[in-house]
Parts: sequence; structure tokens; C-alpha cells
Amino acid sequence: MTTRLPPGDSRSAPGSEDAGSSPSAAAAVPVIHARGLAKSYPEGPAVRGIDLTVPAGQTFGFLGPNGAGKTTTIAMLCTLTAPSAGRARVAGHDVTTDAHQVRRHIGLVFQDTTLDQGLTAWENLRFHARLHGVPASTAQTRARELLDLAGLSHRRDSLVGTFSGGMKRRLEIVRGLMHRPRVLFLDEPTIGLDPQTRAQIWDHLHRLRRQEGITLFLTTHYLDEAEHCDRIAIIDDGQIIAEDTPAALKTVIGADRVELRTNDDRAATAQLRDRFGLDAVADGDSLWLRVEDGAAFVPRMCSALTVTIRSVTVTRPSLDDVFFHYTGRTIRETDQPEAGR
Amino acid sequence: MNVPAPALAAPRAARRLTGELAALLVIWQRDMLHYRRDRFKILVTVLQPIMMLTVLGAGLASLLPATPGGADYRTFLFPGMLMMTVQAPAISAGVALVTDRQSGFLREIVMAPVRRETVLIGRCLGGASIATCQGALLLPLAGIARLPYDPITLALLLGEMVINAFMMTALGVLLAIAITRTESFYAVLSIVTMPLIFLSGAMFPVSGLPGWLFSAVLVNPVSYAVDALRRTTVARLPGPVPATLFDGPRWGGWRPPVLLELACIVVAGVAMLALASRRFSRNP
Repeated sequence: MTTRLPPGDSRSAPGSEDAGSSPSAAAAVPVIHARGLAKSYPEGPAVRGIDLTVPAGQTFGFLGPNGAGKTTTIAMLCTLTAPSAGRARVAGHDVTTDAHQVRRHIGLVFQDTTLDQGLTAWENLRFHARLHGVPASTAQTRARELLDLAGLSHRRDSLVGTFSGGMKRRLEIVRGLMHRPRVLFLDEPTIGLDPQTRAQIWDHLHRLRRQEGITLFLTTHYLDEAEHCDRIAIIDDGQIIAEDTPAALKTVIGADRVELRTNDDRAATAQLRDRFGLDAVADGDSLWLRVEDGAAFVPRMCSALTVTIRSVTVTRPSLDDVFFHYTGRTIRETDQPEAGR
Repeated sequence: MNVPAPALAAPRAARRLTGELAALLVIWQRDMLHYRRDRFKILVTVLQPIMMLTVLGAGLASLLPATPGGADYRTFLFPGMLMMTVQAPAISAGVALVTDRQSGFLREIVMAPVRRETVLIGRCLGGASIATCQGALLLPLAGIARLPYDPITLALLLGEMVINAFMMTALGVLLAIAITRTESFYAVLSIVTMPLIFLSGAMFPVSGLPGWLFSAVLVNPVSYAVDALRRTTVARLPGPVPATLFDGPRWGGWRPPVLLELACIVVAGVAMLALASRRFSRNP
């Protein structure tokens, strides 16, 4: 891991602090480090003291329903909102006492577009680059490189107003990277996009990770997206209720879910208890149970049961299950009140 | 964060300053890009004062018999029309700020490692430049106002328009910062701009106004802007000028010289900009 300095930029930024220590020590310093971070509004607390440690190069997912405090947390880490309590260092700088330095080293992609629709893609990028002190010549090459990566090179000089939703989002990600930030914050990067476009955005983000080695910190309430992350923190009601890798979080649920339809559920339940010591749960016209290795269990079950089995479905534990496990609600349920706004 | 060595402090401050200047420039540049792209708006904004000057001016000119080489009502109206032309796009700088807040683009600006003052100064410079360009488009009509095409007069008028445009832009920006609700902003804007123009002497002489309205004229910075422009238009006019019609705001009978009037406008502009910056830094 090397410390990445913006090219052509001689200011004493992040390298100056890491200069004394060895490269491996620099890599060990977390890019985001928060302790007891909290934010209260007159209406009540939004974030109730959270701890975060995100090492460099990781993709960190912040998962939770709307109103859980995700956006407020990002706003505090990005110096847009002052924390009511606690401390946070981002890219080696304190978010409250050294906001300008933090801003130099982070990129932020907001939930809804913040592009100037009346300017071209390049003009938007140039605006951002100059505002962040990137020299003109560097901005040119950087824009070319990033637009290529985003598959937007051919639209460099088109007005952003003519772009589709997915293109705008990709351009926004490109813009957030113009000044070579160390962390890119993405607040719901795929919200409001169709599944195909969402997949495109993720392809783009994965390519960026490979080529730029950047740390990604993103919030989402799409559970399937959390699977793209190295680590996930589940936030609910302003608190982190679980934090681990997606795989580890799923092992909390433990097992695969096997759902079967039979001609005689009662007999099937009895036989499952006798032969395997498993308690099947009746759910409408089907049964389900949890087993360690669903794929291996199904053939054994089929040969052991004497009742006719009409269908079997094996589902790996999803993050939805994880969320349910910790909160007793599904994410979709918690979203209901806000769905109509 | 490590304490920088004293030797490093000076170049760091210099880098900081160049960074702020680059930001200022790019914010100005963006406004100019938008301006150049909207040709239709350029045309429409100039059209209104032209119509007022030709229609209203021609109609009311009959009230005032013209002397050869001298001033008539159109001569009187011309500086007012210049001010109106400058005022509309200058106030638009505030509108642009509100639009940016609505479209979300303001957050892109606020997120940058740039001082908030820089953002607003850039905005004011952009608005003032656009307003001056619009005003300059009206200068060729000086002939309609019976003004000779005197290069010195025209250059002076242009210079004064820069100052006036800056002050009006600062006002627009201050309103945009102070009133965060979009609907309220537009309502306040229309309530504020009308008396500013009517009580400035742009359309009719202020000397005839009753006392309480005349005090409003005296605290209205636009009065001095219009008066400075008007005194410049007639300063090099060969013919006679009706004194009562061309009289301006007086402080207890004393008429402040043009330079003092311009100084007052600059002070008013800077004060409004400072107020706006303070608010913006706290609560974007």
C-alpha cells in the first residue's frame, strides 16, 4: 500500500503525516475512525453514538432502513454537519477541527443529483476540479481516464440535462473522484434506478476499486447491494446493531432455509423430526426448516421421506434475514411509513 | 494534525489564497457560461427597458419641451432604464443561488474545501459581470435619449454600472441567503425590487415627493446609483438641462458629489455581502 498523493499537487497533504512512519504502518491507519459519534436535532436524536473503523481500500456498507441515521452519519463524516458528541477522523484529519483538509481527501456522491444540468459533462468535471485545486492539465487527463472507465467518453461534451439517470449517477461518481480522494462516500448510490442500471453502477464501482484502490463508504437499504461490500454495519434507530463481513453476518442466522411442498405436511413433519431431529415450520401450504448445508441435505431428505415431495427450494440466508434477526422487522416493513412521501 | 513548521506557513497561506482565487474564477466562469448559453434570456431582458424608453419616453417627452442639444424626458429616463437593465440580471444572481439550492448543486459547492465568502464573492462577480454586459447592450440607444455618443461619458456610465450591478447583486444574494424557502424568496423579491426602483428617481424626479417618501429615497441605495448615472449622462451635454427635473437626493439641502454617491453604493454592497457571508457560513 502506498500513500497516494494527487499528481501535480505539491501541498503537504496526506503524505506529510505518514512520511515518518513505514508504509505498512500507514496502511494500518484506518481511513475512517469514529468514536461515540452522535447527532441530536431538536426533534430528537438521529445518531446515538456510533463507533466505526474502516481500513484503507475497503468497501464498507452502511445498511439500514430510511431514517435510521445513515445520511446523518455520512453528513458528519463529510463535515457537512457538526456532531453533537463524539469524534471522527477521516483520511487522517479531524472532521470538526480540520474540515477543509477532510474535504480535500474525500469525494461525496449525494442521494439525488447535484450536477449542473445546464453544463456539459466536462464543464461539470472542470468546475469540480478547479474548486478542489486540481491543476487544469491534470484535470484534463484525469477526466479522460475516469470518463473512459465510466463509459461516458463519447458524451464528454453533451449537456448533462440530456443524460439518463444511470449516466448522471456515473458522472457524479466520476466527479467525486476528480481530485483523487482517499475515500469516496456514496449515499444510496443506486436509489431510484432500475435493476439493470443498478448493476451497471456496481460494475463501475468494482472497476474503480480495482484501478484506483479507493476506499468506498456507502449507505444502502437494498440488501442485495450490501453483498458487494467487504464489511457491513447494520444501523437501526441511530445505533449500529451489528458489524461484520456479509458472510459472517449470515452465519449468525446459521443455516440455509429449505422450503418444501408435500402431499402430506403432517406426515412430513413427523418424519423430519424422527429421522433428522429437525423441527419444520408450517407456513401456509408449505413447510420450511433450517439446515447447515441445504444442498447436501435435500437428496438425503428426499430418500428418507415416504411422503410425496412436490417441490423443494433451498435459500441461502440473506441479509434480510440478518436484519430481521437483529431488529425483528424486515427492512421493507420499516420503509412503509416513508414509502408514500 | 501536525503543526506546520514556521517556514512552511507562508507558502501554505499563499497556496490557500491561490486556491481561493481559482475557486472564485471558476464560480464566475460558470455564471458566464450559463449567461452565454441563454441567448433568448439576454434578448428578453434588454427588450423591456428598450420598450419603456421608446414608448413611455416618447409619450411623456411631449410634457417637456425639448431644447436643441438639451435634455428631455427621454434623457431623464435613460439612466433609470440603465439601472433597471442592470438590476434585473443582478438580482438574478440571488435567484441562481436559490435555483442551485433547489437543484442540489449548491451542495457540490458547499462540499468544496473553499471558504463560503469566496463562493458568494464569486457569485456576486458573476452576477455583476452579466448585469454590466446587459447594461452595455443598452448604451447604443443613447441617441434615442438625445445623448451624443461621447466615448468618455459612455465609459463612465459603464464603470458606474459595474458598481451599481455589484451592489444589486449583493442585495439579491443576501435575500437568497436570508430566505431559504423558495416561494417566500420570490414573493419578497417582487415586494423589495419595486419600491427600490420607484423610490430611486428612475422614472420620475424625487424632489416632488412628500417628506416621508423622500426619506425612503435617501436610504435607498438605488437612488444614488440612478443619480450618479444621471449626473454623468448630462455632465457633457452641450445644451441646457432642466434643474428641477434632474435634481437628486440631498442630505439636508446638500447634494453629495458623484464620487461620494458611488462610495456609498460600494459600502452598501460590501455590507450586504458581508452579512450574507456570515449567514451562509453558519447555515448554508
